[in-house]
Amino acid sequence: MNYRTTQRIAFSFLFLANLLVIIPAVLIIVIIIKNGIGAISWEFLTSAPRMGMREGGIFPAIVGTLYLAVGSIVFAGPIGVLAAVYMNEYTKENWLARLIRLAIINLAGVPSVIYGLFGLALFVIFLRFGTSILAGTLTLGIMSLPLIITTTREALATVPQSFREVSLSLGASKWQTIRYVVLPNAIPGILTGNILEFARSAGETAPILFTVAAFYLPRLPKSVFDQAMALPYHLYVISTQVPNVKLEIRYGTALVLVSLVLSLNLVAIIVRSHFRRKKKW
Amino acid sequence: MLKKKWTRNKIFEFLIEKAIILSGLISIVFVGLIFLFLVKEGFSVFKTTSLGSVLLGKEWYPISEPPKFGILPLILGSLLVTLSATVISVPLGIASAVYISEVASPKIKEFLKSGVELLAAIPSVVIGFIGIMILVPLVKKMFNLPTGLTALTGSIILAFMAMPTIVSIAEDAITSVPKRYKEAALALGATHWQAIYRVIVPAASSGIVASVMLGIGRVIGETMAVMMVTGNAARIPTSIVQPVRTLTATIAAEMGETVQGSDHYFALFTIGIVLFIITFIVNLVADYFLHRERR
Repeated sequence: MNYRTTQRIAFSFLFLANLLVIIPAVLIIVIIIKNGIGAISWEFLTSAPRMGMREGGIFPAIVGTLYLAVGSIVFAGPIGVLAAVYMNEYTKENWLARLIRLAIINLAGVPSVIYGLFGLALFVIFLRFGTSILAGTLTLGIMSLPLIITTTREALATVPQSFREVSLSLGASKWQTIRYVVLPNAIPGILTGNILEFARSAGETAPILFTVAAFYLPRLPKSVFDQAMALPYHLYVISTQVPNVKLEIRYGTALVLVSLVLSLNLVAIIVRSHFRRKKKW
Repeated sequence: MLKKKWTRNKIFEFLIEKAIILSGLISIVFVGLIFLFLVKEGFSVFKTTSLGSVLLGKEWYPISEPPKFGILPLILGSLLVTLSATVISVPLGIASAVYISEVASPKIKEFLKSGVELLAAIPSVVIGFIGIMILVPLVKKMFNLPTGLTALTGSIILAFMAMPTIVSIAEDAITSVPKRYKEAALALGATHWQAIYRVIVPAASSGIVASVMLGIGRVIGETMAVMMVTGNAARIPTSIVQPVRTLTATIAAEMGETVQGSDHYFALFTIGIVLFIITFIVNLVADYFLHRERR
């Protein structure tokens, strides 16, 4: 067979493989929009579920998800950024740096349900927070750390070394250099990473299963020690645990969750490209 | 006045640097805590049951009298869906990565990469939901089965969830192969395709292996989607078109119904230890290959 023909056949197969990856992703979104859009109404978005979740809206689940995602980023964002500063600005390549890196790899690889177990054992039971927003938030936050640290570190590493040298040579202290030179220049990457992690937290189910999620709670949580409903868990419940929920409500819930997560991702992409265009070096 | 401000800055700087160091070490603390709490709860089951009868026991009947905590069916269930998912996702994933990094025009490349990112961003519970609605009836009809909730259904779903990891990391590996390798192959008269499979892919093999390992890690740990579509029957699987139950699904499905401090509760943490160790090893191997590639 001609080499050119072989190449053409091979490339066609590669392209086909790619379509097999992309088409299902697009299809999932299309199916959800097509079947879910009919359920979306002001009432669906702003009222509590009724009749054993077979009627009404998903307002408490939306609010619960926002509480959890905001809480986890408030907890993990600053710690993650500082941890990245430590790794990028303070450590040299030694055993401690390697140990930290190993820990981060491990945290990133731990299955989400293990975080759920850990949150249950430490926050819910050992620290007596109970099944609560606080316990769920902390669990999600710890799970967010590896990604925040990794993305922040990448952002810090792109700030040219000469920037730091100039600042230090002008008499600025190490912290002043970080605060006024390194961090401002790394802000786009840091923001992108944090928004992406915020989106991921909003969509996670396994870590909140035993730490915060309420099966059915048609009112808003009053304090951080309350349970809360959450969109991903609610979708799981109405699609597997409660029989005879209208398809429209299931798809509508999926649509709200997907829209929330994807629009946050979009924001992250816009932030990234906006700053990239303004980049001066 | 000036002096006072100066000292306050000094104090602030001292504090913030301590906070930075603490934050830097916190990952180690959390890994330690996770392991500690898993072991603390998970080892309690061995007061009543032996290690052998947990790991090799063929029966998982946590609420019968007496309860049986054999997790072999769960380990085999996880293994079956993981291996099948890997068989599906590795060829597709690597082929996609090659296409994106070597063949596609810049515009198509951008489009395909966003598609992969889109797949990565969809929450797992949503993928599980679509699995129930679309794939489960499809599998049931195609193979003429009593139920579409099977290991096969889970494997297909998991294969897609592993795809973004495999594609993006393999693509990085292929892109970072030095340009001169390809140029040398082309200069010797190789076609682009020959250069790809004889030179570029072998040169990127370490990174590709790492991408596969990370994909496998993702699959083993995946919980919600797999729980929703595999039927959750805790018996040793004999066929891929039967319901199975994975380690992760067992924890997620049963923890809500156990009594805290019961043997069942402890046994679920024991499953957690097994999972923790498996994913730890998988990620360690992946990291080893990633590092070998960089060198």
